[in-house]
Amino acid sequence: MSILVDRSTRVIVQGITGKEGSYHAMACRDYGTLVLGGVTPGKGGTIHEGFPVWDSVRDAADAVHPDVSLIFVPPAFAADAILEAAEAGIGLIVCITEGIPVQDMMRVRRILDIKNEEGEDIRLIGPNCPGIITPDGAKIGIMPGYIHKRGRVGVVSRSGTLTYEAVWQLTQLGLGESTCVGIGGDPIRGLNFREVLSLFEKDPETEAIVMIGEIGGDDEEKAAAFARAHMTKPIIGFIAGLTAPPGRRMGHAGAIVSGGKGSARDKMKALEAYGVIVVDNPSVIGRTVAETLKSGSYRRVPTCHG
Amino acid sequence: MNIHEYQAKELFKSYGVSVPSGVVVDSADQARSLIESKAGIFGGAATVFAVKAQIHAGGRGKAGGVKIAKNTADIPGLVAGLLGKTLVTHQTGPEGRLVRKVWIEEGAVISKEYYLSLVLDRTSRRISILASTEGGMEIEEVSAAHPEKILTLAVDPEIGCKGFVGRQVASFLGLPVTLYNSFASLLSNLYRFFIDTDCMMVEINPLIMTGDGRLLALDAKVSFDDNALYRQEKVMALRDLFEENELEIEASKHRLNYVKLDGSIACMVNGAGLAMATMDVIALAGGSPANFLDVGGGASKETVEQAFRILLGDPAVKGIFVNIFGGIVRCERIAGGIIAAAKDVKLHVPLVVRLQGTNAKEGREMLRDSGLNLQVAEELFEGAEKIVLAVKGAK
Repeated sequence: MSILVDRSTRVIVQGITGKEGSYHAMACRDYGTLVLGGVTPGKGGTIHEGFPVWDSVRDAADAVHPDVSLIFVPPAFAADAILEAAEAGIGLIVCITEGIPVQDMMRVRRILDIKNEEGEDIRLIGPNCPGIITPDGAKIGIMPGYIHKRGRVGVVSRSGTLTYEAVWQLTQLGLGESTCVGIGGDPIRGLNFREVLSLFEKDPETEAIVMIGEIGGDDEEKAAAFARAHMTKPIIGFIAGLTAPPGRRMGHAGAIVSGGKGSARDKMKALEAYGVIVVDNPSVIGRTVAETLKSGSYRRVPTCHG
Repeated sequence: MNIHEYQAKELFKSYGVSVPSGVVVDSADQARSLIESKAGIFGGAATVFAVKAQIHAGGRGKAGGVKIAKNTADIPGLVAGLLGKTLVTHQTGPEGRLVRKVWIEEGAVISKEYYLSLVLDRTSRRISILASTEGGMEIEEVSAAHPEKILTLAVDPEIGCKGFVGRQVASFLGLPVTLYNSFASLLSNLYRFFIDTDCMMVEINPLIMTGDGRLLALDAKVSFDDNALYRQEKVMALRDLFEENELEIEASKHRLNYVKLDGSIACMVNGAGLAMATMDVIALAGGSPANFLDVGGGASKETVEQAFRILLGDPAVKGIFVNIFGGIVRCERIAGGIIAAAKDVKLHVPLVVRLQGTNAKEGREMLRDSGLNLQVAEELFEGAEKIVLAVKGAK
């Protein structure tokens, strides 16, 4: 088992003829992902690097019934691309694009929420994220596949390379990963820590979860509160940005401490209070997971069920 | 991106949000000649003027950046006193900001002060309205002492800031009923401005009710979404490079994501999350980070070289820690880029390179064999400890 994606997941790529889209569509296919083709408006009917190309997501959906659309569309057009995938009924949309205007994401997220309230089931991962990978199953994103190894630990993170760092440690220690989800560094995004934690809790293959957060917002705190109430599996947490000065944006659009809120110190304290094992040194994430699993003494007791 | 108060007020005016009339000057002589020729506000009925230093930071009042002139004769002297002065407020950092422009506006008779702002609120994922009867105070202080005096209202983007929203806020603020409609239109104009120009935050503190019962934005603070600047030409034209750090401007030209900090150990990292974590680990090892720098995924020779030049442009830097996780770009290629760049820029401070990921072993061997004066590390914390030690040893 794993979460959200596996060997049978059918994928199309929006922006497949662009430089990034093309490169990563091939890398995903090489990894073993079922990449069935892609979409570039105006290039429908052509073949690109062996992939059939359609003019619209609707055309692609009619032809190959994909489960996932992986988006590599430039920021100015990315919101449109997400909505196009949603309108075509794609159940999981993974948007890699970095630099989408926040107000565009505000409108996209509102529309996705309305659709889901109306009974549809659409999930968005990202934007500004590395994507999702189930080792030896499906790589749907830009992460280097070979650093992963199928295993026992679920990973959820707002960052890209910092996730690779943690994954590398898990792989080196032989623990491996069940699924790794990069939820992205933007302030308004699709799936959040809480939803991913809840999926990991239900996945029998996942024995522990690594949660990598950073400054800005309060999603980590909310997720930890949720975990305290609903989860039994251990969570090992790291928060980047302890040394980031307030009011400055640290690379990611969402990584800013504003109005005294969202600091790494506050997040770490809140996470610890909710029973997350917080490490302050990212070099020991893997080791901490190994020790936690080995001791076997760590069992969360949820405060209530629901 | 931030803009000055006078620029924000001009934008407000064009959106039908009332602001005091005024003029911006960059010399006392300019103010004097405007006064002598009775130009604009100096030819009207106004007898009291506010003289306000223009910098991209709040807290100017407390720092002595806002003066009141009871007659026009005092104005040139006040302008001269502010221009060239370095203001230190809670938002400028200890180095402060140099005043290059001064805004002079008509004084207003204040009957009541309010606080009003719109923010793109990540928690509600909507634009939220914040309103308070405690105008003129820092909203963080009000929030801590009297949270009940702040109304927070998230606007549904599918509905927009309609009249009922404005009336609800007006009622919370206890405005006279006769002002409900004019407040609602002010708020909806402000919301329209927020959407049209891709704002992240608009703050009016204070919004006042004048003696003759009008609403007037006495201050104006606006920040825009950097991701949306590509479609905001008019906003981009308002950018003031003097308000930004020179090294940061230089870095942005090379598409490097750099933020200057006040420590002594520089770092160069691929990826924003890992870059932040690297800063944290430097601190954990007993050092202090001099910057945040994300060189992106590639880390080619050109990128690394530019990055070295920017890091070395900060005289406080006593050592450099390069931390690259090679994923799609293999470590030998990254090592090659670092070696070539380090030779070209002639490094004069200790350098520690930590390479991990694809073909890391080969990459590290290349670095060791390069003949360059550098240390190699495998683990993140090990690298941080090495650079902290090297910098201490060099002193």
